Amino acid sequence: MIDLLTIFVLAVFVGFEVVSKVSTILHTPLMSGANAIHGVILVGAILITGSAQTTLELVLGLLAVFLATVNVVGGFVVTDRMLEMFKK
Amino acid sequence: MTVQLMYLVAALCFILALKGLSSPKYARYGNFIGAFGMLVAVVTAYVHGVVHNGLLILVAIALGVVVGIPAARAVKMTAIPQMVALFNGVGGAAAALVALAEFFAVPDSTVLFRLATVLTVLIGSVSFSGSVVTFLKLQELMTTRPVLLPAGQQLAIAAGVSSVALCALTMAVPNGFLLWLLAVVGLALGVLFVLPVGGADVPIAISLLNAFTGLAVAASGYVLANTLLIVAGTLVGASGTILTRLMAQAMGRSLTNILFGAFKATSATAQQEEQRTVKSGTVEDVAILLGYANNVVVVPGYGLAVAQAQHAVRELVAQLERRGVAVSYGIHPVAGRMPGHMNVLLAEADVPYEQLKELDDVNPGITSVDVAVVVGANDVVNPGARDEPSSPIYGMPIFDVDRAKSVVFMKRSMRPGFAGVDNELLYNPKTTLLFGDAKESLTKLLAAVKQL
Repeated sequence: MIDLLTIFVLAVFVGFEVVSKVSTILHTPLMSGANAIHGVILVGAILITGSAQTTLELVLGLLAVFLATVNVVGGFVVTDRMLEMFKK
Repeated sequence: MTVQLMYLVAALCFILALKGLSSPKYARYGNFIGAFGMLVAVVTAYVHGVVHNGLLILVAIALGVVVGIPAARAVKMTAIPQMVALFNGVGGAAAALVALAEFFAVPDSTVLFRLATVLTVLIGSVSFSGSVVTFLKLQELMTTRPVLLPAGQQLAIAAGVSSVALCALTMAVPNGFLLWLLAVVGLALGVLFVLPVGGADVPIAISLLNAFTGLAVAASGYVLANTLLIVAGTLVGASGTILTRLMAQAMGRSLTNILFGAFKATSATAQQEEQRTVKSGTVEDVAILLGYANNVVVVPGYGLAVAQAQHAVRELVAQLERRGVAVSYGIHPVAGRMPGHMNVLLAEADVPYEQLKELDDVNPGITSVDVAVVVGANDVVNPGARDEPSSPIYGMPIFDVDRAKSVVFMKRSMRPGFAGVDNELLYNPKTTLLFGDAKESLTKLLAAVKQL
């Protein structure tokens, strides 16, 4: 448990650090990109569905897989569309 | 072992992605790296973690792709903020569902496991329902103003207290029904939390809910004992919190004011209701004003984007420059619906980056500007934000266009802006109003300037 807590605390600091100096122009794409990254819950959804024992678990898991996939692909595609506008 | 290494690779990709997205030069690569990391993580999870239901999982992923990609491709640039809100909401819902499923899969759980479970379910539900409400507000499917339910504050407190109680109860007595109930209360809490947030503050709420979803994902990482979920979720939670603060700062607002401000004031308006005179001009009047000016600043707002007038404004500006008029764009940090949104919209119309000026570049020299042209903006030029402590947008930095020599205000109607606040600038004797659709007005104006 303490290992997981260590990872958590370190990740908090990395998270604070990486975005501390971002210009206003990039606020919207950055938020959208971060939004895509939390779609990593897809990993959890796949793992839970892949070992589901009951119908309830299976249904919940599959719904989670579907929603998380929408989050991931939609998030990355929309961010890319925004950033495409910035290229010279 | 290999699995953990693959997850480490994915986590590093996510860190590099956020780092890249913070600098204009590497932003697009950053996004690619993030997507690559996601691919690594998902393939690893599928190959190593799936015991059965493999085919069903692939079908669910395929469905998600079929829904997600066209949605992200089809959305208009003006509607990006609400799309991000929706994607964020489904992510939160997925986290809550994962925790629910795992709760039923593990009959004899530890207290810490249950703590992580209740947190994931609660935060995920709040994030989902809250995001849906922000979507409805930005899409204008419901009012954009703060919604104050009778006893809304008491209701929100009641929902907050009962969710904490349910969390504690579920940790003591692991019971599926209690967890479902917690999810429902969480949904209600999300709605009650976002309803009082109004107008220009809605994007800030989206950013905060984005951070919430990150935390829900991190908590689900404890539930599943999965380090990648913990790292990635925490990264988003932490960076999202910082980003929310930066956005609030750009608007000159404090976070508490944005989230809870509506509970306090909002009755200060409704004073001077008498008929007030405004000065409206013809296209020709405005063409002359612009054509013979030395120095013009264009302040574009969301109305410009809605009218799809970015190209029209660029052409008008080009024509004015051919006449020797110096023109620049004043881009407010929250022009559009979100910080940076207007830069995206103008970049889409090939407006040169060098012409985009920020508040600090424009305001010091504003008194020597001959004409300030306000196109589809309102709140960002409202002097009330500077002079009127009772104004709901008081404290938000604005373009001081009322101090320019003259102002042209292009407007569709006398309707107040997104924040629903009356604008004193409209009644300023220096202001000429040009009513009509922004694109139509600009096109006519272009023709009229060519005639000069």
